[in-house]
Amino acid sequence: MEIIMSVAIGLMFMAAVYLILSKSLIRIIIGTSLLSHAAHLLFLTMGGLGGIAPPVVSDGVTVNDYADPLPQALILTAIVIAFAVTSFFLVLAYRAYQELGTDNMEQLRGTEDYE
Amino acid sequence: MSLVFLIFLPILAALFIPLLFKRLGQIHTGWFVLLVPTALFLYYATRLPSVMEGGTYVSELSWIPSLDIAFIAYLDGLSLLFSLLITGIGALVVLYSVFYLDKHREQLHNFYVYLLIFMSAMLGVVQSDHLITLYLFWELTSISSFLLIAYWYTRDRSRFGALKSMMITVFGGLMMLGGFVLLSIIGGTYSIRELIAQAPELAEHDFFIWALVLVLLGAFTKSAQFPFYIWLPDAMEAPTPVSAYLHSATMVKAGIYLVARLTPVFALSEVWMWLVAGVGLFTMVWASFFALKQKDLKGILAFSTVSQLGLIMSLLGVAAAAYHVEGAAETYLKYAAFAAIFHLINHATFKGSLFMIAGIVDHETGTRDIRKLGGLMSLMPISFTVALIGSLSMAGMPPFNGFLSKEMFLTAMLSLQEFNLFSMDVWWILFPVIAWIGSVFTFIYSLYFVFHTFAGKHKPDQLPKQAHEAPVGMLISPVFLAVLVVLIFFIPNVIGDWLVKPAVAAIQPFLYDSPQSVDITVSAWHGFNTELFMTLGIFAIGGLMFWTLRKWQHLYDLYPDPISLNRLYDELMVLSESGVSRFSKMYMTGFIRTYLVYMFSFVIFIVLLTLFMTDAFRLNFDNLAPIGVYEIVILFAMLGATVTILVSKSRLTAIIALGAVGYSIALLFVIFRAPDLALTQLVIETISVALFLLAFYHLPQISRKEERMNFRFGNAVVAFGVGLTMTLVALSAHSQKALPSISEFYKETVYTEAAGGNIVNVILVDYRGFDTLFEIAVLAIAAIGIISMIRLRLTKKEDQHENK
Repeated sequence: MEIIMSVAIGLMFMAAVYLILSKSLIRIIIGTSLLSHAAHLLFLTMGGLGGIAPPVVSDGVTVNDYADPLPQALILTAIVIAFAVTSFFLVLAYRAYQELGTDNMEQLRGTEDYE
Repeated sequence: MSLVFLIFLPILAALFIPLLFKRLGQIHTGWFVLLVPTALFLYYATRLPSVMEGGTYVSELSWIPSLDIAFIAYLDGLSLLFSLLITGIGALVVLYSVFYLDKHREQLHNFYVYLLIFMSAMLGVVQSDHLITLYLFWELTSISSFLLIAYWYTRDRSRFGALKSMMITVFGGLMMLGGFVLLSIIGGTYSIRELIAQAPELAEHDFFIWALVLVLLGAFTKSAQFPFYIWLPDAMEAPTPVSAYLHSATMVKAGIYLVARLTPVFALSEVWMWLVAGVGLFTMVWASFFALKQKDLKGILAFSTVSQLGLIMSLLGVAAAAYHVEGAAETYLKYAAFAAIFHLINHATFKGSLFMIAGIVDHETGTRDIRKLGGLMSLMPISFTVALIGSLSMAGMPPFNGFLSKEMFLTAMLSLQEFNLFSMDVWWILFPVIAWIGSVFTFIYSLYFVFHTFAGKHKPDQLPKQAHEAPVGMLISPVFLAVLVVLIFFIPNVIGDWLVKPAVAAIQPFLYDSPQSVDITVSAWHGFNTELFMTLGIFAIGGLMFWTLRKWQHLYDLYPDPISLNRLYDELMVLSESGVSRFSKMYMTGFIRTYLVYMFSFVIFIVLLTLFMTDAFRLNFDNLAPIGVYEIVILFAMLGATVTILVSKSRLTAIIALGAVGYSIALLFVIFRAPDLALTQLVIETISVALFLLAFYHLPQISRKEERMNFRFGNAVVAFGVGLTMTLVALSAHSQKALPSISEFYKETVYTEAAGGNIVNVILVDYRGFDTLFEIAVLAIAAIGIISMIRLRLTKKEDQHENK
C-alpha cells in the first residue's frame, strides 16, 4: 500500500508544482493547497499504514494494533497551520485584486523604480 | 613598551588637533603638529649610535594574546632608517604646509588629523615585527592616504584619484594579507625575525611560491610598480605637501621596505630575484619614458617617482641575487643592497624638495602646466636654485648625491655579470643596457622639469597670478633638503656608516654579522671604468636629446590612448559595475515563476544527485500494509479530482475539484484509522473552499475571461521532476527505516501516565503541548493579519486614513 501511496503523492506533488508555476494567482494558491495535502499524506504514509485500530484506548485492543499516533498528531498541527497560511494568502490575493486590478503574475512585478 | 607607544604618539596627538583648531584658530594648527614629528625624529636619532653598532630594540604590547597577536616594535638598521625618514621628512613637510595651507580658508584640522594618522600608520609599518599588525598599519596607510588625496573633496578629480589609489592599494593589501597568512602557516609564527631565522626550511614548502607572489603583489601595488603605477599620477590631486610626503618619500616606499625586509625570507627563491629585479627595471624605463609625455609639473614628478622606485626595486632584486653566489660579500654584487638604500635616502631628499618647488610654483603662479610656465629663473631665484639642485641630482650629475647612487646603480647592474646562475651569461647584458636607457630618459626629464619651468621665455599673460618668489617659510624645507643633497655628495661615507650599513646588514643578515662588516666605501671619483663611460654616455646622449626635445616630443601624442593602462582600469571599473548589473538583470527577471523554476530545479538536481551519488535508492517490499479496495478507489477519485483541477477551464471547477481532493483525503484518513484527522480535515476543507469561492467571486472583470491553463513544456518538466523526486525519496525512506518508532511509548503510557484514552489528543496537549501552543499562535497571527489587511487601508494620499 505504501508504494502505491508514494506514487500517488508524487503525482500530487507534480500537479501542485505545475499549478504553482502558472500565471494566475488563484491557481498558485490552489497549488499550495494541493502541496500541503500531498505533504500530509506523505507524513501519514511514512509513519506506516499498518495498525488495525484507531489510536484510541479501548478494551480488547493490544498496543500493537493501534495505528501510529505520532504522525497523526504532527499532521493535525500541520493542517491547522496550512489552513492559517492559506487563508492569509487568500485574503492577501483578494486584497491584491482589489488594489491592483489583476491576478496575473506576469503583470505583478516591480517597476524599474523599485529595483 | 615605550617604542610601541611612540608609534601611536601621532594618533594620540591627532585627538587634540580639532580642539586646537577650534580654540586656537589664530595660530596655524601646523605649528602644534610640528612638535610631534620633530620630537620623534630627535628620539629616533638618539638610537642611531647603538643601532650603528648592530644593536636592536624590541618592545611588545600584547593585543590579542589568545591568537598570538601583539604589537611588536622592532628597531634595527632598516626600520630606524625608515623611521628617521618618516619623522624627518614629516617635520619638514608639516613646516612647509604651515605656509602652504591658508589657516582661514582650509579645513586644517582634517588635514593634520589625517596626516598624523598616516604618520602613525607608516611608523607602524616599518617597525612592526608582527605580520598581522604590519598588515593593520599597512591598510591604515591606504586609508589615510585615501583621505589625504581627497582632501579637497569638492573636486571630481580628487575623489577619482582617491578612489583609484584606494582600489589598487587595497587590492594589493589584501593579496599581501593572503601572503602573510600563508607565511605564518608555513613558518608557524607571525614574527618576521623568527621567519628569517628559519628561511631555508620555508623555501621547501609548497605554499612558499604563493606567499612570495602574493606578498610581492602587495609591495608592487603600494610602491607603484608596473602595471600598478597608474594610481600615483592621479594621486597628484592631493595638496602638494601630501604629494611630497606620501607620494615621494614615505608611503610609496612602504613596498620597498617590505621587499627589503622580507628579502632574507624570500631571496632563496630565484623567482623573487627575477620578479623584483625585472619588474623594477621595466618600471624604471617605462615611467622615465612616459614622464616626458606629461604636461603637469606634478605629473612629471609622479612618473619620475615611479621610475626611481623601479630603480630601487631592481637594485633590491639584484641584492637578492647575492644569496645565490658564493662569497657575495667579496664581489661587486654587494653594492646592490647598499646602492638601493643609499638611493632611497637620496631620492627622499631630492624628490621631496622638487615636489615642494612644484608646490611653490603652483602657489605663486597659479598653474602647474609646464606649457604656460617659463622664464621664472629671475623671478624666483631661490626656487630655481633648489629645483636645479634637485633635478641635476635626479639626473645623476655631480656634485649631487644622485650621481653617487647612479654610479652604484650601474655598478650593481654590471655586477650581474658575475652572477652566472640560470645561464645568466647570455642575458645579464640586458640589465645594464635597459638601466642605461632608463637613465638617459631620467636625465632628459630632469632637465625638462627644471629648464622648461624656469628657463626660456616668461609668459606673464598666460599665468593666472603675478609670479614672484615664495615667502621664506615655504622655502625653508626645500632649501634644507637641497643642502642635504649637496652635503651627502661630499660626506657619503658618513651617511653610509650611520644609516646605510645598518640597513644593509638587515637586508642581508646572512652575509654580514654586523653593520661594520659591510665593506663598502663610496667615493665620488672611482677611476676610469665602465660605469664612468656609461655616465658620460648618458650625459652626451641625454643632452643631445634634450636639446632637440621640442622636435620629437610631439611623437608622444602618437601613443594610442585606448591601449593605455588607465583606459584598461577605467574599462575594468565600468565592466565590474555595469557588467555585474547586467548579469543580475539577466537572471533577476522580476517574474516569480522564474525564481520558482530556479528553486525547484535546484531541489531536483541536488536531491537526485545525492540519491545517485550515495547510491541511496532502495525498494523494499517488507512490512507493507495490505492493499485495500476502498483505498484504491478513493485514491483514484483523488487523482481524478487533481487532474480536473489541471485541465478545468473554469476556476470554479478547479476550486470544487480541490474541495473534492480535500474530502477524499478526509476519507483516506478515515480508512487509515485517523478519526481526529478526518474530522479536522472535513471542517477545514469546507472553510477553505468557502474562502476560495470568496476570492473567486471578487475577481476583477478584466481578467475574468475563463480560459484553460496553457500547457507549458518547461513547467511540466519541472513539475514532473519534483513529483519523481518526491516519489523516489518517499520510497527509499520507507524502505530503510533505521530505528523503531517512539510511538510505542505513547501507546503504552497514554493511560497510566497521562490519564487519557485518545492517544493523538494526549500527544497534542500533554506530551507535545508546546507545538499546540504555537500553532494556536499561528492561527491568531493569521487572524490578526487578515483583519489588519482588510481594515487598514492606507490610500495613496498620505494624510488620509480610511478608518479615521
